[in-house]
Amino acid sequence: MSANPTNGPGGITRRNFLTTVGAGAIGAAVSENALAAGKEVAPPQVTPAGRSVEVALRVNGRTHVVQAETRWTLLHVLREVIGLTGAKPGCERGECGACTVLIDGIPRYACLTLAVEVQGHDVTTLEGLMDGEKLGTVQAAFVEADAFQCGYCTPGQVMAVEGLLRANPNPSVEEIRRGVSGNLCRCGAYQHIFKAAHRAAELKAGK
Amino acid sequence: MADESKDIYYVEGTPIPETPLPGKEPPPWRETSVVGKALPRVDAYERVSGSAAYPSDVHLPNMLHGAILRCPHPHARIRRIDASAAAKLPGVRMIISGNTPEADLIWKKDPVGDMRLFEPICRFEGDVVAAVAAETPYQAWDAAHAISVDYEVLPFVADERQALKPGVPVVHPKGNVSKTDRYERGDIAQGFAAADVVLEESYRTECELHTPLEPHGCVANWDGRSLTIWESSQGVYAVQSRVAEVLKLPLARVRVIGHYMGGGFGSKLEPGKYTIIAALMAKLSGRPVRLFLTREETYLCVGNRPPTNMTVKAGVKRDGTLTALEFSVLGTGGAYTAGGTSLADWLARDLYTCPNVRTISTDVFINAGPARAFRAPGHPQGAWALEQMMDTLAEAIGMDPVQLRLKNIPSVSQAREGNPPYTSTAFKECLELGAAAFGWEKARGEARAQRASRHIRRGVGMAGGLWFAGGGRPPSTVVVKLFPDGSANLNMGASDLGTGTKTVMAMVIAEELGIKPEAVQIECADTGTTQYATPSGGSKTVPTEAPAVRNAAVQVKQKLLEMAAEALKVDAAELVYRGRDIASRQDSSKRIAVKDLEALKRQGIVVGIGYRGPNPKNMTTHPFAAQFCEVEVNMLTGELKILRFLAAQDSGRVMNRLTYGNQVIGGITMGIGLAATEQRILDTGRTGKMVNRNWHDYKLPTALDVPVDVTVLPVEPVDTAANNTGAKGLGEPATIPTAAAIANAVYHATGLRITCTPIHPQQLVQRLADRPKEG
Repeated sequence: MSANPTNGPGGITRRNFLTTVGAGAIGAAVSENALAAGKEVAPPQVTPAGRSVEVALRVNGRTHVVQAETRWTLLHVLREVIGLTGAKPGCERGECGACTVLIDGIPRYACLTLAVEVQGHDVTTLEGLMDGEKLGTVQAAFVEADAFQCGYCTPGQVMAVEGLLRANPNPSVEEIRRGVSGNLCRCGAYQHIFKAAHRAAELKAGK
Repeated sequence: MADESKDIYYVEGTPIPETPLPGKEPPPWRETSVVGKALPRVDAYERVSGSAAYPSDVHLPNMLHGAILRCPHPHARIRRIDASAAAKLPGVRMIISGNTPEADLIWKKDPVGDMRLFEPICRFEGDVVAAVAAETPYQAWDAAHAISVDYEVLPFVADERQALKPGVPVVHPKGNVSKTDRYERGDIAQGFAAADVVLEESYRTECELHTPLEPHGCVANWDGRSLTIWESSQGVYAVQSRVAEVLKLPLARVRVIGHYMGGGFGSKLEPGKYTIIAALMAKLSGRPVRLFLTREETYLCVGNRPPTNMTVKAGVKRDGTLTALEFSVLGTGGAYTAGGTSLADWLARDLYTCPNVRTISTDVFINAGPARAFRAPGHPQGAWALEQMMDTLAEAIGMDPVQLRLKNIPSVSQAREGNPPYTSTAFKECLELGAAAFGWEKARGEARAQRASRHIRRGVGMAGGLWFAGGGRPPSTVVVKLFPDGSANLNMGASDLGTGTKTVMAMVIAEELGIKPEAVQIECADTGTTQYATPSGGSKTVPTEAPAVRNAAVQVKQKLLEMAAEALKVDAAELVYRGRDIASRQDSSKRIAVKDLEALKRQGIVVGIGYRGPNPKNMTTHPFAAQFCEVEVNMLTGELKILRFLAAQDSGRVMNRLTYGNQVIGGITMGIGLAATEQRILDTGRTGKMVNRNWHDYKLPTALDVPVDVTVLPVEPVDTAANNTGAKGLGEPATIPTAAAIANAVYHATGLRITCTPIHPQQLVQRLADRPKEG
């Protein structure tokens, strides 16, 4: 991926990850540090995993207020609650990239992101690249280059390329390969994906 | 908005194939106007926009989510299952197991005995123990983990190389031998005696997992007595027949829908126990159930390309004539009968001319997940052995590897009864044209010249192959429905796995009817509403379905000609279909537009039914391939970099140049996985469990592991005998030679013959370290 996953510009930082999803072990570590510093602090509030909370998610420019268990992933909420099925579950453990979405413009795995983490951030899914019924630029390039076979990894590949081009409008082939290297394609259509990314860069530049 | 209703017919003047007389099949095409072009897919929009509904996207009102508890041991007897704690958890609506009377079903018949849905003895890690349906997937998993199972852990065998040793635990009471196959022709001893050089070598390929991106699974819903299943499947009719058999339902009350599916590679040719479990839990709960496997589960219980242990002994004369081939393989289909060694010996039997051949295949049981067909079952493994041996022979007699293969090209299938000729074979051309386009001789020479100076060594290798099937066959039925404006609907049962099936069929209709492919709308893969098809797989979908689709489109034209004959009061044989209209050959003033046909107005549409005709007698149809590659090996770190690939493929007529190229690069990617990255690792000694059941530890080729430079070179023999489209299958042959070509290139680069997959840095660096010191 092109961005540092823990501290991307406007992305999710380790700090706000910890404050949003307090967990026992982390809470203990924080308390020990506080004790070592000789200060007394209130223990961090921990929400049990199965408890539902209200979460406001800004997805594709619209705000959705949903009831979500704190353990629910962004992928689960997008697909099962909001009904956006573009992002696909492939492994649900951050290995395949089929669930890739943009968070504040940066490609992220929705399966490794909790819904509660993304409050206050902009989420863009595959559906968000569409202009009505018209395909977005990267999507159109994927059609032209035939950059998929079964199409199941494609939403993630498209979002990875979209994120890459937003950060780097004119990537080299090596940069493209690295940009999609977090997205597995078992059909093996990689060379066509490289072509599509290159073509999308051209189309975005008005060529 | 643009008026697209006027944009149906193809460019004026594009020739439309002649319509045969009623009842006659069309002759094979010669030149085509649409078929063969590089056209984007007809379902591309759906696949890139997110609007394609894959089975895992299906969300029904009131739907429950399923999870399956699986046996954590490779071999265990279930003593007791206690689900009382799980049943009390929030959201849990249904739990089933071997204790559930309705779940007492025969899942599959096997020569070792009937397999029950919930077996009291689990013979592989990952067999089903219990299942839960709950309001959310999270709750379903909470409950599955809360089920308490008392296992009697049994001794196991998880390495097929140990399975026949004395004292080893048995997987089934009758012992660990599943099957032994022998094949022999000629006189093997005489063959070896006639050879100038006889060589013998052993090879091994590791077990690979399919792991399609969409996990296996389904959504099941009952409407009273009728069951509907949305399954991620390569063949909806295969799912229907198995589900109906297990649940004892009439076929017509089981509807299976699979419009889209996220990859299968053979592992979704059949349903899974999960399909039955979802249907049962839906029935018992009275609510729809979605049940998809986790990624980890897909590593354990939905098939694999089994490991093979092969030995090849080969005899060759100095002039390159093969005199004898002896091939043996020991393999395993896992814990049940699953073709563990099936077709691994086929290339030894059939790829090269050789009068004296003997093969023996021993398939044994082990306590591991059953195999399923995996893209070209047996063939990439057989090629790994045979094609490395061919290179070793070539070197021993001082002959170029391409030349040795060219010396031994058959025109008949020697391993089949009666030695039937191939309807076409361009294996020779694949080798010759492929070598020329790749720059074989120059690249081999340059790689060698570069050697002395640096620790990065370059090598060039190649391999050939053919696929056991690939000609397609009956049955298939399709319907083409012509609307009065010229646009058409295709109704076919086949699934498009992402190979471009739908696009190819739209092009076939476009070719015959003179319309644009985008004017064809397609209904596919639904047992309730579409026609019959066997599962998509084995490189047979296009050569099976395309002739049927062509026949259906031709029947539409025949009916239109009859309607026009009635309207124009001439003989139908005098008329020619021209797309928009039909006209007399003799008198061009006698013409009528299709939309003006009274008979068409009376019935609203014209329907053509097409069947797949029989294959030619006493001939056999197969695709062939030769692949060439260039690699770099870092002699210090053992890293392998694949620099470029060229695939010369004979799959008969190219139906769509764009999707053709895509499928071939996909085959190469998969072959790179076999050669260099993929390996199931079982803890064969202590626990028998799989230790790398995820994509982090089990490595698929990524964008960084494939070369940017891949050339696909279709070699198109004219095949008028195979079927009326001249197309042969492509999916399988595209991956058969790949791994062997890489191994041969690695040998060329390093002088090391790597006989075991995968060629990863750990193996290479060890082999490099083990080399005797130079000088």
